[in-house]
Amino acid sequence: MITSNLSNLARGVDTAFIVILSVIFFFLIGLTVVLIIFILRYRESKNPVASQIHGNNKLEIIWTVIPLLIVMAMFYFGWTGWKPMDSAPPDDAFEIETTARMWKWSFKYPNGKRLDTLVIPAGKPVSLNMNSLDVIHSIYIPAFRLKKDINPGSERNAWFIANTPGIYDLFCTEYCGLEHSSMISSVKVLSADEFESWYADSVSETHIAVKTEVSASSRGKQIVQQLGCNACHSADGTKIVGPSYLGVFGHEVTVIRDGKTVTVTADEDYIRRSILDPNFEIVEGYNKGLMLSYEDLLSDEELDLIVEYIKSLN
Amino acid sequence: MSNSHNQESSYLDYKGRFKGIFAWIFSTDHKRIALLYLYSIATFFIVGALLGLAMKLELIAPGKTIMEAKTYNGVFTLHGITMIFLIVIPGLPAVFGNFLLPIMIGAKDVSFPRLNLLSWWVYIFGAAVAISSQFLGNGPPDTGWTFYAPYSFRTTTNMLPAVLGAFILGFSSILTGLNFIVTIHRMRAPGMSWLKMPLFPWALYGTAWIQLLATPIVGITLLMIVAERTLHIGFFDPTLGGDPVLYQHLFWIYSHPAVYIMILPAMGVISEILPTFARKPIFGYKAIVVSTLLIAFIGYFVWGHHMFTAGMSGTAQFAFSFLTFLVAIPSAIKVFNWIATLYKGSIQLKTPFYWAVSFLFVFMIGGLSGLVLGSLATNVHVHDTAFVVAHFHFIVFGGVGYAFFAALHYWFPKIYGKMYDEGWANTGWVIFFMGFLILYLPMFVLGIMGMPRRYFDYVDEFSRLNIVSSLGAILMIFGLIVIILNLVRSARYGKTAMANPWGGPTLEWQISSPPALENFNEIPVVSKDPYDFSNVKLG
Repeated sequence: MITSNLSNLARGVDTAFIVILSVIFFFLIGLTVVLIIFILRYRESKNPVASQIHGNNKLEIIWTVIPLLIVMAMFYFGWTGWKPMDSAPPDDAFEIETTARMWKWSFKYPNGKRLDTLVIPAGKPVSLNMNSLDVIHSIYIPAFRLKKDINPGSERNAWFIANTPGIYDLFCTEYCGLEHSSMISSVKVLSADEFESWYADSVSETHIAVKTEVSASSRGKQIVQQLGCNACHSADGTKIVGPSYLGVFGHEVTVIRDGKTVTVTADEDYIRRSILDPNFEIVEGYNKGLMLSYEDLLSDEELDLIVEYIKSLN
Repeated sequence: MSNSHNQESSYLDYKGRFKGIFAWIFSTDHKRIALLYLYSIATFFIVGALLGLAMKLELIAPGKTIMEAKTYNGVFTLHGITMIFLIVIPGLPAVFGNFLLPIMIGAKDVSFPRLNLLSWWVYIFGAAVAISSQFLGNGPPDTGWTFYAPYSFRTTTNMLPAVLGAFILGFSSILTGLNFIVTIHRMRAPGMSWLKMPLFPWALYGTAWIQLLATPIVGITLLMIVAERTLHIGFFDPTLGGDPVLYQHLFWIYSHPAVYIMILPAMGVISEILPTFARKPIFGYKAIVVSTLLIAFIGYFVWGHHMFTAGMSGTAQFAFSFLTFLVAIPSAIKVFNWIATLYKGSIQLKTPFYWAVSFLFVFMIGGLSGLVLGSLATNVHVHDTAFVVAHFHFIVFGGVGYAFFAALHYWFPKIYGKMYDEGWANTGWVIFFMGFLILYLPMFVLGIMGMPRRYFDYVDEFSRLNIVSSLGAILMIFGLIVIILNLVRSARYGKTAMANPWGGPTLEWQISSPPALENFNEIPVVSKDPYDFSNVKLG
């Protein structure tokens, strides 16, 4: 493996990899060769009488001390490669609020822009302030050698510098339930200039009301995509983890409320309730406790747009 | 010496108070209890292996292949619980420890035979409770065998019986450990000083202390989960004011030493087999004894390396990484001594030897890949990826599994008084060994490429190596079938075995095959070193 320079963390990690993998292959190949030579040379047909050797203290000392020195060297490279991951982010780091919840990522920028993929500038320190809303998740960007668990109930920081524009995988790597393997996103690294214009442009996207030429329902659709709602809800009637949006509005829905089965009409209030207090009523055939409230994540205006979107799927 | 025993009925034919199956399930004879464990563990192992095969078939292509994500998550959870708690933790001590420990130290039984039978019953009860989780309540648990909080509190699946099952199984482990410690202290034959004791009993001794001291911690932890889930006491769940990282600490304080509960007896088995087939004493007997005790001791203090991404202080990361590298040394010493044992030997190339040598190879890969995980920088990159899965399968399946098969072939003539068919045994071994490497080696690469573990689905770049790995799984299962069928058939129809078919020097080879009910007519008096080949006779 050649050391990667895709992030500021990569070189230290890859140096440790090279040192350790070299030691591993040296010992594995060396010992295996010795083993095979011994078996061939000292098999019964070649060597009918075994020499009764009990051991050799000098050898014991040699093969205790030398490995001890080697593992200390490996420990050292592991430690120095890891140190930068534990340091505090620089003051000029670009801060992004990162929220993990069952099976989706959400990245919120200082100007209010929110996405389900991470878009960042190359060559500039990026600091992720990470929270989990439900269970433990772990952010993993293999190309950047970055991995940190995000425990619910406490904020964690991860900072790094991405060096090369491109698109990279971002995984959740702490098992988090049903759709764990779909909790995938990507990191889009833009050059500083590109990022600048994207970021400025995105302001108009965020303040949704500005773009009047686009219909309310298609803006609602955009918000739903950005929040990652589609991980659990489909727009085409497919049953995933939660009910589909298709054909819900205006129809009767059988739900379980306080342990009792009741039938309600899916009006605008019902849609709002389902987003802001999702465990108040559970549609029959689905599980309680999987969805958390989106109260803090949505403005009233955005909520209205989502309602428009769901209305349009009738 | 062996001839005098042949007239006496063996433990297999002995007729006591009970008849039929009751003569077994109520027997307090350590050899019959060993076989009870062997048959229960073999049954669970077949189930666990088929679950593993199902997972590899699901992963042969991206997206859904043969099952839904929900099923897959249940399957990997059950695979883990079965393999860890029902098979590899009890495995070698319960089967071969029970059968051989008293014989190898020149005793008629363990110190507490009835407690020994109780341990098996507790094991079966715990297994039944754990398995009931599959059929009762809201569907099979899907938490993984680690039951990480707070997911284990959020899932609506039936995880409590699985946790309670693991709790009960812990008692079986503690009781066996206690029994072995007392047996080794109190029941060694006259003349068998500590340093004349063979290495398998030594390994069981180190293991027994871990079973006794570490298992209660997981018991308490699992009870805390039960209390949290049923009484809503906040230990681990942040919504109740708990700390999820605390759970991980408590879990790994037990579960890391548990890895040494698994591997130490395996090392003991290899230390018995290599001298016998090389016809010379083990190289560095004392070094191996000391390294066994060092592993058992240092193994308590390295659990943190399972949590390098969880958020510990820099000091804790530093200490855990340092200690993890230290614990590698005694294992390395053992490997060097094993290889040196073959030097100037006269090696008989028999099936148990093939298993023991392939153990050395896969154990080296497993152990050396552990260096990547002990080092902080590299650990962070491969933590929770396929690399970790490959690493522990090389150690746990490669280490413990190979040692188990080595032991099964080595002591088969002693246990059943029959020989297995060597041609089929070697064929099975070759197929299994190839399948094993093809199955697990690609997973190291997948992990370094960044494929997370416990993934039902994956991105396209991982697909090629997953196909290779899945084909390896099919080959390996095929090898397993050959091995198991050969052993089952040979136990019935095999040629009659001699008392000492391999020319082994330890006490179990000085009595008849199969042993008489009380092993020895007269308790032997030991005066020689355990691996003294000067008076060993074949036959």
